[in-house]
Amino acid sequence: MLKITNLAVSYGAIEAIHGVSLEVHDGEIVSLIGANGAGKTTILRTISGLKKADKGEILFDGADLLKTEPSKIINLKLAHVPEGRHIFPQMTVEENLEMGAFTDGKDMAANMADVFERFSRLKERKKQLAGTLSGGEQQMLAVGRALMAKPKMILMDEPSMGLSPLLVKEIFSIIREVNKKGITILLVEQNAKMALSISNRAYVMETGKITMEGNAGEMLKDDRVKKAYLGQ
Amino acid sequence: MEKRFKVSYFLNFLGVLAVFFLFVLLFENNAFGRSTQYIKGISTTACYTIIMVASLNLVVGCMGEFSLGHAGFVSVGAYASAIVSNGLTGKGLPDIALFLVALLAGGIAAGLTGVLVGIPALRLRGDYLAIVTIAFAEIIRVLFCNLSITGGGKTMSGIIKLSNFYWSFWIMVVCITVMYMYVRSRFGRTVKAIREDYIAASASGINVTYYKVLTFTVAAFFAGIGGGVYAHYMTAMIPTNFNFMYSAELLSEVIIGGIGSITGSIIGASFLSSLPEMMRQFSQYRMLAYSVVLVLVMIFKPGGIFGAWEFSLIRVYERLTGRKGGWEKSRKKTEGGV
Ligand SMILES: Nc1ncnc2c1ncn2[C@@H]1O[C@H](COP(=O)(O)OP(=O)(O)OP(=O)(O)O)[C@@H](O)[C@H]1O
Ligand SMILES: [Mg+2]
Repeated sequence: MLKITNLAVSYGAIEAIHGVSLEVHDGEIVSLIGANGAGKTTILRTISGLKKADKGEILFDGADLLKTEPSKIINLKLAHVPEGRHIFPQMTVEENLEMGAFTDGKDMAANMADVFERFSRLKERKKQLAGTLSGGEQQMLAVGRALMAKPKMILMDEPSMGLSPLLVKEIFSIIREVNKKGITILLVEQNAKMALSISNRAYVMETGKITMEGNAGEMLKDDRVKKAYLGQ
Repeated sequence: MEKRFKVSYFLNFLGVLAVFFLFVLLFENNAFGRSTQYIKGISTTACYTIIMVASLNLVVGCMGEFSLGHAGFVSVGAYASAIVSNGLTGKGLPDIALFLVALLAGGIAAGLTGVLVGIPALRLRGDYLAIVTIAFAEIIRVLFCNLSITGGGKTMSGIIKLSNFYWSFWIMVVCITVMYMYVRSRFGRTVKAIREDYIAASASGINVTYYKVLTFTVAAFFAGIGGGVYAHYMTAMIPTNFNFMYSAELLSEVIIGGIGSITGSIIGASFLSSLPEMMRQFSQYRMLAYSVVLVLVMIFKPGGIFGAWEFSLIRVYERLTGRKGGWEKSRKKTEGGV
């Protein structure tokens, strides 16, 4: 579904991603883990067009994303939940979700009902200003907003950041549920253990390069991964 | 909700009509004696100032960007409309048609300039717009001082007097209505979303630059219309009228009235444009007075006198008749304001 080949991205003169190749198949959850500053966010931002690439190729369902207008990428049904809870604080929960259907407003009511069914906490608060939601609720709102675009695939950047252990569990179970409904997921996480436990496959990144890839279950048992990312 | 919306527009229209007839009554009966003409003039000044300030509020309030060169667009509109009306006088057009064509020309010229300034300036984030707009207004001033068609640095006079209070009033009403509708529309909400979270907006597939440039262009268009009314009221002008001070004045009126409140812009602009007129002998202290007021507002009411609040007759009506809605709805409405 998503195929990245030999991608290089830089900020100014500094190259942050050095020739990364990665693939996500239809229906999978794939995690991308790695230390701070490895370049995970940069990769997601490049996929969704928020950052320009130097070279390489990103194919999504056969479409060349690097040649697609950033604001049109969501029309290909590829959504992005950016790092750090980006919501519209002065708008209500409902209005936030409406913005998620910005490029495709048809079936909005049905989509919203779907989202509210999945996130009952949001439903109770649909008239509340998003800025007054708790951190966990805001993160759910960000995921809900991505779902409003009826995506085939979602890029998620550290959805568990700053959440209590209980909420982390909830978010991960939501991710799994979303995936069961047929939405492919590329997940970037610091919480490697959780991420690996719900993923099919995983990639490990270090300073702009992929250093390991494979089955997520096997990676959980791998000594190098254990040592570096699972704190064992 | 749909119905309430229509009722609301209708009530507001009645309100505007009532205000208009009040003015007509006062002016036609010479209510102010010998000062009637004078007060009529001040009211006309207030009308075009309201247009200019409200249009700047689209940039400052709705988009959350600072523009310090709004007078540049006013200038473009003023000169473009004056040139057009000069060219068209004596062609047998009725005055009102001539006026509207000239204003439209002024608006379009200013709007096009807005596109040219907005495209490079709004791609950048941060305070670039403030700097770029100052530079732009200066360039326009210098340019108009050197072009022969704009008087070549001398006063351009003999502009046909088309702005009277009654016409200006209705032009102002139309402009304010359109701007209000823009803010409330899908476009306005999109721009508000961009202001609130740039990254979330881009991630939702919003073409950030496009919507910002569009809003900036709409603002420039109305600034141009305001300039056109100005030109046909003053009948003579010089490019240095539209200097940095003029931009700063417009911006302080936005801030004092309330960033994001069109109601605030209306009240702010009418008071601040008529007060100095009435105290003409102190007019050199006007910027000083503005600064003091501005500092006081910043200290005591940082969002401006009206904040983002909008006046609405239907709410007054609902409050008076105790019909449902009352607080809850009005709160929602305020929050959904500009
Ligand atoms: N806007 C930017 N300008 C310059 N350098 C940047 C910018 N954004 C990221 N970088 C650099 O690019 C590299 C990769 O950053 P990135 O945000 O992709 O890391 P990450 O893997 O997501 O880290 P984290 O886990 O901490 O979120 C880092 O060295 C970072 O300093
Ligand atoms: Mg990151």
